[in-house]
Amino acid sequence: MPVITFIEHNGTEHRVEAPVGSTAMQAAVNNGVPGVLADCGGSCSCATCHGYVDEMWTGSLSSAKADELDMLGGALDMKHNSRLTCQILLTAAMDGLIIRLPESQI
Amino acid sequence: MSNNPLIIVGAGHAGVEVSVAAREAGWNGEIVLISEEKHLPYHRPPLSKSYLAGETAVDTVVLKPASIYERAGIRLLLGNRVESIDRAARNVALSGGSELRYERLVLATGGRPRTLPISVLGAGQVRNLHYLRTLDDANRIKSQLIPGRRMVVVGGGYVGLELAALAVKAGLMVTVLEAAERVLARVTAQVVGDFYAKVHRAAGVTIETSQQVEGFELDSSGANIVAVRCSSGDLFPADLVVAGIGLVPNTELASAAGLTVADGVLVDEFARTSDPAIYATGDCTRYFSQLYQRSIRLESVPNALEQARTVAASLCGKQRRYDSVPWFWSDQYDLKLKMVGLSSGYDQVILRGDLSERSFSAFYLRGRRVLAADTVNRAPDFLVAKQLVGAAAEVDPSDLANPAISLRDLLPSPGRPPVQQPSVAR
Repeated sequence: MPVITFIEHNGTEHRVEAPVGSTAMQAAVNNGVPGVLADCGGSCSCATCHGYVDEMWTGSLSSAKADELDMLGGALDMKHNSRLTCQILLTAAMDGLIIRLPESQI
Repeated sequence: MSNNPLIIVGAGHAGVEVSVAAREAGWNGEIVLISEEKHLPYHRPPLSKSYLAGETAVDTVVLKPASIYERAGIRLLLGNRVESIDRAARNVALSGGSELRYERLVLATGGRPRTLPISVLGAGQVRNLHYLRTLDDANRIKSQLIPGRRMVVVGGGYVGLELAALAVKAGLMVTVLEAAERVLARVTAQVVGDFYAKVHRAAGVTIETSQQVEGFELDSSGANIVAVRCSSGDLFPADLVVAGIGLVPNTELASAAGLTVADGVLVDEFARTSDPAIYATGDCTRYFSQLYQRSIRLESVPNALEQARTVAASLCGKQRRYDSVPWFWSDQYDLKLKMVGLSSGYDQVILRGDLSERSFSAFYLRGRRVLAADTVNRAPDFLVAKQLVGAAAEVDPSDLANPAISLRDLLPSPGRPPVQQPSVAR
């Protein structure tokens, strides 16, 4: 199972294991990572699971679809490497993925 | 951790969020989360969407895995019903006969489906009439979603239409019976309701409006509905009937305990009930909205979660006033509908975008004030509309309709004080 590291805005690291085929959002929620609210449960409706994909990894993930980009457009503190973690489907190749969390999770 | 027990009644979105958020906010006593249901608490929205359509497995609808509750020291009491509250002794009585003492009590009892009047039901219990609220309800319906069967949906609201969308996709012959003159009559403008009716009809759903259900024709065993009879005299053959005709808040426990209740447990902006030791959150509550200057009860996941976070903060002595902008969503076919605000009292509807391209927004205005908006496949509009509604912004209606003007430019500028919230009639 891939291991993902979530880094809170205050620097606290959370290394979590998650099954292939689940989403990065589920990995965070299932392990109680603070700062990933995921209010809509992963239906790309709320933008409360926003995270920044580490620069090392941005190239290896499939790019965001239109509805994800639309939601990100309204997230606070959006950056070029912003993603909704509910739209990141985990593969075996994502072992070691690093996601940083924004200061404000609306 | 045997002191300071926090007891939460109901484990929907609201109850679960209170339990976890209270621990995070520093509640150091025992936390007990009580649910009538035997399942690990789960997400409800997918029940009328991806879960019922078979696209989402049961383990992905759970709100949190069991390990989260264990780690946070939250005792989950599943399959237990709270029968009564003794406010003087600060006890709750459980269905099994035991009693639990609380320091603070949270009511997150949600609601139950409104049922058809007894007169409609005829004799005895039928096997193929369903309501949808719980996972068990969804599983029962799922087992009867067989291609080629005829399904009659009573009620053309969001739940009814979501059911119709997934059933027709699953290969059933679907008829929606709506008592009003059009679908979504209570919640959206005519233009949006008509758009949805058209999409459903194009997908093969039969929509019958102004049809009041009067009774059922049963088979010879009396255990199954074979047709739905309307007061018009029309008869609609059915292998399966699902009624989605609204929600009744579960307030009986609160009423019996003498708390103030009026179609919802009354709470203040800190989610406190009329008893300082008891809080309430979610679909079962009613509160005064500063934004709309009237008391409202919302049936919405974002409301349940946000209000729950207010409860958690209040419990831990932190100030977190709750008066969020209401919002809702509904997924049908390829249409992502996001709604913000409450539209009642509007005097005009302004459209932005193109209905034929299945991408548009409807803004509800009273004078120049934006009361609410429905956005279809236009998330960026939704996000700006949320701010417009929250700020009680006043806009020029022609600017709203003009695609050449960015919605963001209509937001009150930071330098300018926001428009004072004018009171809305009623």
